[in-house]
Amino acid sequence: MLEIKDLHAKVGDKEILKGVNLVVKPGEVHAIMGPNGAGKSTLSSVLAGREVFDVTKGEVHFQGKDLLALPAEDRAREGVFMSFQYPVEIPGVNTVNFLKTAVNEHRKYKGLEPLAAGAFLKLMREKQALVEMDAKLMNRSVNEGFSGGEKKKNEIFQMAMLEPKLSILDETDSGLDIDALRIVSQGVNTLKTPETSTIVITHYQRLLDYIVPDVVHVLYDGRIVKTAGRELVAELEEKGYDWIKKELEEH
Amino acid sequence: MSVEKINKDFQDLFVQGKELLYNGVNDLMNEKREIAFNRFIEGGIPDKKNENYKNTDLSKIYERDYNVVLNYHRQDVDLNDVFTCDVPNLDTHLVLTTNGWYYARNHELSGLPDGVIVCSLQEASIKHKDLFEKHYGKYTISDNGVTDLNTAFAQDGYFIYVPENVILEKTIQIVNLMRANADLMSFQRNLIIIGKNSQAKFMVCDHALSSVNFLSNNLTEICAEENAVVDYYQLQSQTLKCSLVDSVFVNQEKNSNVLNHTVTLYGGLIRNNIFTKLSGENAENHTYGMYLTDSVQHVDNYTYIDHASAKCFSKENFKGVLDDKSTVGFTGRIEVRPDSQQTEAYQNNNNLLISDDAKVFTKPQLVIDADDVKCSHGATVGQIDEDALFYLRSRGIGAKEARMMMVFAFTNEIIGKIRIEPIRERVAQLVEKRLRGEDSHCDACKLQCNK
Repeated sequence: MLEIKDLHAKVGDKEILKGVNLVVKPGEVHAIMGPNGAGKSTLSSVLAGREVFDVTKGEVHFQGKDLLALPAEDRAREGVFMSFQYPVEIPGVNTVNFLKTAVNEHRKYKGLEPLAAGAFLKLMREKQALVEMDAKLMNRSVNEGFSGGEKKKNEIFQMAMLEPKLSILDETDSGLDIDALRIVSQGVNTLKTPETSTIVITHYQRLLDYIVPDVVHVLYDGRIVKTAGRELVAELEEKGYDWIKKELEEH
Repeated sequence: MSVEKINKDFQDLFVQGKELLYNGVNDLMNEKREIAFNRFIEGGIPDKKNENYKNTDLSKIYERDYNVVLNYHRQDVDLNDVFTCDVPNLDTHLVLTTNGWYYARNHELSGLPDGVIVCSLQEASIKHKDLFEKHYGKYTISDNGVTDLNTAFAQDGYFIYVPENVILEKTIQIVNLMRANADLMSFQRNLIIIGKNSQAKFMVCDHALSSVNFLSNNLTEICAEENAVVDYYQLQSQTLKCSLVDSVFVNQEKNSNVLNHTVTLYGGLIRNNIFTKLSGENAENHTYGMYLTDSVQHVDNYTYIDHASAKCFSKENFKGVLDDKSTVGFTGRIEVRPDSQQTEAYQNNNNLLISDDAKVFTKPQLVIDADDVKCSHGATVGQIDEDALFYLRSRGIGAKEARMMMVFAFTNEIIGKIRIEPIRERVAQLVEKRLRGEDSHCDACKLQCNK
């Protein structure tokens, strides 16, 4: 599904990713954990195609394609979805129009006809129910005046609408209360199939109680310094990140 | 050519054309003509030295040689056939003007309520002398040469009167058509009177049907009497060769409610002067505008809201999208007079620059002489939000389409102020087409002279 080789990226003169290696197979859930400033959000932004980051070295292949050669919109159409840590408010852009445009641009890319209005509404209602999204929000501008929880639900709702192959959840748990966390996680789990993969980027254990990872990585100072099974989550929660730093210094 | 030369040309024109100018209209109109002309030759065409014309040098457009036609010229085709309005689902009373004159072959309007008058200004000045004399020239302010020039050379236009207690259901649509074989200068003068407790809606469209240079100096006086409700929508859709100096003077009596909404889709140079006087207590005014500019277009909106009475409310919002090397000006003058207590006046001007070369000059000008008032003003000049753009793209929306959605979103607020649904939908379509770079200003015309 996804293969990252020796990825280096910088913003301005500051190198943030210093050689990331990662392989995600279909059906797998990977958690990327790490202290603040380790480069977690940069990694997700680089994968999604944000131009402020310069990739200075390395390769990323997504289903055999050179992901870094594609503009952000084509990455999305190929099946990469990023749930934003801070979803952007876009005044004046109606949520329904936005979704319709997005869904139809995906279809166009695949050579399909635009979805008829009725079919689109049906799809929308179905997916709305999945994340218990308030239908009234659909008539508002994208994320405008949404609460933190509503914004995150809206991300997962969009994910449900676009049916990506690889979902990258960037700190989806930040700013969520326990109920919203449960709803969002349930949404993610329901959408999971043996063919789709998920990368969960998080600072805390909380979200991983709901979305259980197959593989856990620790990203520190721009590199993945530790990879293990799900048992690593509990260990990190208990001991923090300092022991990993120490371990690194000793080597 | 200097301003002096332009002013001299107008003097010559006035003297030579005197007989035609004074012909066919009533004495009051000619008395005012004389006064305005004398004042004009003292002040002349406003140039950049005039504070209110800092952003628009009118001498540049008046420099060109234009024909001036001081009597009604027949068109060689029936404009009713040439022009059809394509606002679907909107049944209107349609009135055409041509080169500033009331079109002689306008179809008779059927189904107008008793007492409602729709006719040419010339006809009104004679046939409805009392009404005409009560209102003509009463609402203008002659603080610049543009108004006086219009009053000095105005011969015709449209006249609309709605008596007391009449609710006009159908929108009156006025289409100002410019059509000529050679460069032409025109002066159009309109008068709208909406009586006590009456309601009326207007949709004014400015179009050019020929690809010669036009320079129009149009002036409309609107009087909303006590408790009247008036919607005045204007859609300016001309060509790059057109210059339009359009002045609207609104007078509002107590408890009246006026919505003034101007969309500038296209034109070479457009200067809008919108003067509103809130003469009676509890009057409410909404003045909105939107301009979309590209190429070397120049659009300048000058607004002046005079809170001349207590307890009035005004809200003003102008928004624009600027591309290429276009330039835009906005001046928002609000005056609250000493006795106008409990005034509320709000103003906003927001600009979106989508090229590096476009320029905007925006200036709020609040003069507040009363102490119990709520006023606010704000002006912004910005670019497309890159974070929002990336968000849209990350969902699979192409960069170009995403940009388009953002720009359209910016204009949405102003379009949303239109209170008539079919017009709102149609304007939204036209704006979208315009932003997508598809020619919209010639859609409605069968001549298709630019294609």
